[in-house]
Amino acid sequence: MKTNTSIILRRLGLGVVTLLVISILIFVGVEALPGDLAEAVLGQSATPETVEAFRKELKLDLPPHVRYFSWLGSFLRGDFGTSLANGRPIADLIGWRFSNTLFLAGITALISIPFAVGLGILAALYRNTLFDRSISIGTLSAISFPEFFVAYILIAIFSVQLTMFPSMSNIGPQMTLLQKIHAVALPCLTLTLVVMAHMMRMTRAAIINVLTSPFIEMARLKGLSWRRVILHHAFPNALSPIINVVVLNLAYLVVGVVVVEVVFVYPGLGQLLVDSVAKRDIPVVQASGLIFAFTYVFLNLTADILSTLSNPRLRNPK
Amino acid sequence: MKHLLEINNLVIEARTGENWKPVIKGVDLVLDRGEVLGLIGESGAGKSTLGLAAMAYTRTGCRIASGSILYGDRDLTKLSKREQRKLRGAKIAYVAQSAAASFNPAHKLIHQFAELPVQHGVMSYAEAEKKAIDLYRRLHLPDPERIGYRYPHQVSGGQLQRAMVAMAMAGDPDIIIFDEPTTALDVTTQIEVLAAIKEVIQAQQTAAIYITHDLAVVAQLADRIMVLRYGDLVEEGEARELLENPQKEYTRDLISIRSLREDKDVLARKTDAILEIKGVSAAYLPGAPVVRDIDLTITPKKTVAVVGESGSGKTTLARVVTGLLPPYEGRIVFDGQELSADLKNRDLEVLRRMQMVYQMPDVALNPRQKIRRIIGRPLEFYFGMTGKAQEERILELLDMVELPARYISRYPSELSGGEKQRICIARALAANPDLIICDEVTSALDQLVAEGILELLQELQNELGVSYLFITHDLATVKAIADEIVVMLKGRIVEQGVKREILKPPHHEYTELLLSSVPEMDPDWLDNLLEERQESTLH
Amino acid sequence: MTAIQLLKKSPASARVGMIIIVFNLLVMMLAPVIAPYPETEVVGDVWVNSSAENLLGTDQLGRDMLTRLVYGARNTITIALFITLISFTVGATCGFLAATLKGWTDQVISRMVDIIMAFPTLIFALMVLSVLGTSIPVLIVVIAILDSTRVYRLARAVAMDIEVMDFIEVARLRGEKLWWIMRREILPNAMPPLIAEFGLRFCFVFLFISALSFLGLGIQPPTADWGSMVRENAGAITFGILTPLYPAAAIAVLTIGVNLVVDWFLHQSSQLRSH
Repeated sequence: MKTNTSIILRRLGLGVVTLLVISILIFVGVEALPGDLAEAVLGQSATPETVEAFRKELKLDLPPHVRYFSWLGSFLRGDFGTSLANGRPIADLIGWRFSNTLFLAGITALISIPFAVGLGILAALYRNTLFDRSISIGTLSAISFPEFFVAYILIAIFSVQLTMFPSMSNIGPQMTLLQKIHAVALPCLTLTLVVMAHMMRMTRAAIINVLTSPFIEMARLKGLSWRRVILHHAFPNALSPIINVVVLNLAYLVVGVVVVEVVFVYPGLGQLLVDSVAKRDIPVVQASGLIFAFTYVFLNLTADILSTLSNPRLRNPK
Repeated sequence: MKHLLEINNLVIEARTGENWKPVIKGVDLVLDRGEVLGLIGESGAGKSTLGLAAMAYTRTGCRIASGSILYGDRDLTKLSKREQRKLRGAKIAYVAQSAAASFNPAHKLIHQFAELPVQHGVMSYAEAEKKAIDLYRRLHLPDPERIGYRYPHQVSGGQLQRAMVAMAMAGDPDIIIFDEPTTALDVTTQIEVLAAIKEVIQAQQTAAIYITHDLAVVAQLADRIMVLRYGDLVEEGEARELLENPQKEYTRDLISIRSLREDKDVLARKTDAILEIKGVSAAYLPGAPVVRDIDLTITPKKTVAVVGESGSGKTTLARVVTGLLPPYEGRIVFDGQELSADLKNRDLEVLRRMQMVYQMPDVALNPRQKIRRIIGRPLEFYFGMTGKAQEERILELLDMVELPARYISRYPSELSGGEKQRICIARALAANPDLIICDEVTSALDQLVAEGILELLQELQNELGVSYLFITHDLATVKAIADEIVVMLKGRIVEQGVKREILKPPHHEYTELLLSSVPEMDPDWLDNLLEERQESTLH
Repeated sequence: MTAIQLLKKSPASARVGMIIIVFNLLVMMLAPVIAPYPETEVVGDVWVNSSAENLLGTDQLGRDMLTRLVYGARNTITIALFITLISFTVGATCGFLAATLKGWTDQVISRMVDIIMAFPTLIFALMVLSVLGTSIPVLIVVIAILDSTRVYRLARAVAMDIEVMDFIEVARLRGEKLWWIMRREILPNAMPPLIAEFGLRFCFVFLFISALSFLGLGIQPPTADWGSMVRENAGAITFGILTPLYPAAAIAVLTIGVNLVVDWFLHQSSQLRSH
């Protein structure tokens, strides 16, 4: 019988390995660039001297494994190198944008999680009623909508027609929290709608799965009130799947943020990533991609560990 | 006199697609205070549905269409949800078949026990706790003071089942519904649970409805027995009366004890053994052998039955013989030729001559293939038989397993459990095998159907001279079909020999335990057995 | 039950879905016949309102919006279908192999898939595209590989469930070859969940390409494509012109249509199983 700690340690170890492999993949991906990064960036017309100087600057003359470790080492120290496009340190470009992205994702999570879990549970409890069906159709449509469709509909309504919120969400350090929230209202609403649909569907499925277990029938045959059956018998067993659903959707949120940031020209990491891909500013792509990947892996890891901890069978080993 | 529970002309319907179809077709039932009523029937008889209806409860997709359920002077079907709920657990309690699934994994046993009286407002938590320990003791659970503070998955199956009986008694109910409470248990564990149930309900004078498919089990407990079939009452009577003098054909069939087969000459010489297993040991993980030092010989036209409880390694033995699990020690000799341990290195001829039939015909037949293809494939594969010749041979095989020719173009899902098992047998026969390994082939089937399958296997052996390696946990089956018996316990053979010898005392200690634990129709069997065992421990 | 009987019993939602799918497929195949103008012809002013000549108005370069939508259907759906087919072939084959062979084959493929799946899909695609540049073949290969990992997971899980059934052991003991077992014993039983997954994967791929195109990193102009069309016309929305919503709505409608049919199909096959 595996104990809790060993499961969690194993999972943590796996997470670290995954991150290492991802970093290698990102690094090798750039190495595998057809031709040479220097030529690719400087173009065909560059003179051999400029190419050579550029190679020196990027340390392209060193063997790959040395460069990998020095790249990873400086990355871990917070030194991401400099941007090819404008020569500025990448850390400066990324820092405030990443916190903007987290701000947007954070507010969205605060709104969507309680709503989604609550509605998901209600839909499961009132299964096959009109309420459940309308929620089911609603969420099905919402997950079918591309994020930008939702975004533009919201802009057309709230920004163009009602002029309640700006269609461009520019935020800066001098703004108060309230101003910031006003600025991100529409991107936040867009993300909320998209994430909630997924979360509600998954919560509903998890609860229904628990409700069909024989121990729920037993609880009802013991003559317990419906309230007690749900709170005392169903809920502790549904907790583990629900936590899983929530954190997985947070991970989804981190990625979904990219498109929404572009729509609302929000100064976040996703916007930077997309711009850099278009400009082929590879060091910036590497750094921001790696940060996204770290966040994603970290959240997935949290989901696994939390759901292990909340599983009654695993919490009380034999 | 007023009955404790009285069900009148009850009709329960189940939804199939758009329509409602009756599954209980107007059954009457009465239960008096302190009486134990046995509900017996095969699968699909509606006995669980009827049992649950006594609590005015129906599963999803079922509804009570008409009839009344009188408890005292109240009709349960007319009560409000709230009033129904107040009766459930407190006045009428339920013991489910699978305790492992029916206990909530998130809470300790004693909390689940105490919840019932505390929520119904008849006891404080402390009182309930004391009562639980008292009941655990009376149900002979080990360490009664502490076992309640464990979680369900930390307790064994037989103990869990007893803990559930205790939970049902928590509110001192008038009636307890037992729904196949021992079916999932090994025979030796079943005895313990049965004895505990009997003792407690007698002491408490609780009325009970005991639902089971096994007449011998119900004979030990019931005062009165109702036989159900397809949602109808077949026969009802006092337990002894009904067992001794059944009025209906169907009941007689259920009761008729399987006839012992006469022993044939088993003094075959070693040389014409069809299969020899010599000193075989095998393990799934290195260092943890599941079977050890197995020696076994099967001669042509004979049936060797390997018997043991779950975990005895009998199914593993079958996997070793077929080559699915190569042994780390020992040899397997088939018709004088030593077999490669691994399936991959065996030639087709060996594979053809050794066929297998499984416990669950549902998963042993590919649901997406028609019978024609299922039986036709081995004909094509081993003999290159196609077209008209194949078709004719398939029909011949269907005839051998006593199935109509029209089944050839059906899918397995259109057949009943027993018919599917016959198809499995036909598929094995298609290869013209010398040895068929039968792994619990009758365990998943209703009693009468199982008997039909055993008869068929016997006839086929007489006609075709095929040998069987018959793996089972059921001693009644062994008695019916075996020439030789091998008793296994924890991966080792504890006793083996000709059937007559094994079934005749003196037995090995474990064989004795196994044999004596098989319930008999005699209503006094359990009492006598417990008395005997008591005495032997005293001496 | 025959297909026609099934269709007759299908709920309204599934019928709506089927009509949407059939309509889109027709448009896709008959694009040059239906479209009033050639794919890239400029026919009028920028962002003209709808009129008899231009039923849905014009786009940011003055091309007919309806024409662009019709050709967009053709380009986007074709590529999405193609990618889904590749990812299915690769993913399902690997999944079945892993489930039947087990051992190190399973370990190697599964660990590789774990790593790709530990990476957010969009980020992965963006990084690869930044290195290799945006072209249709690169797009197809990258998305197909990413998507096949999801198919692999499902195919492996389904095949594992089937693989433990005794009829597979029967086939093994009979001496059947691996290929036969995969094709004749496993595949037919794995079909219902795989068909449903095909629908879901198509939706995912379709939305994914649209998102990439919307970001300017997918199908490149002047090829008509719904995602790019939203991007190119996005500016119009601030003037209260709804032009960018047409292609976005087209994407949404097709995805809903497929989802409705898949939902019904899943419901149907789960009912069949319980009988």
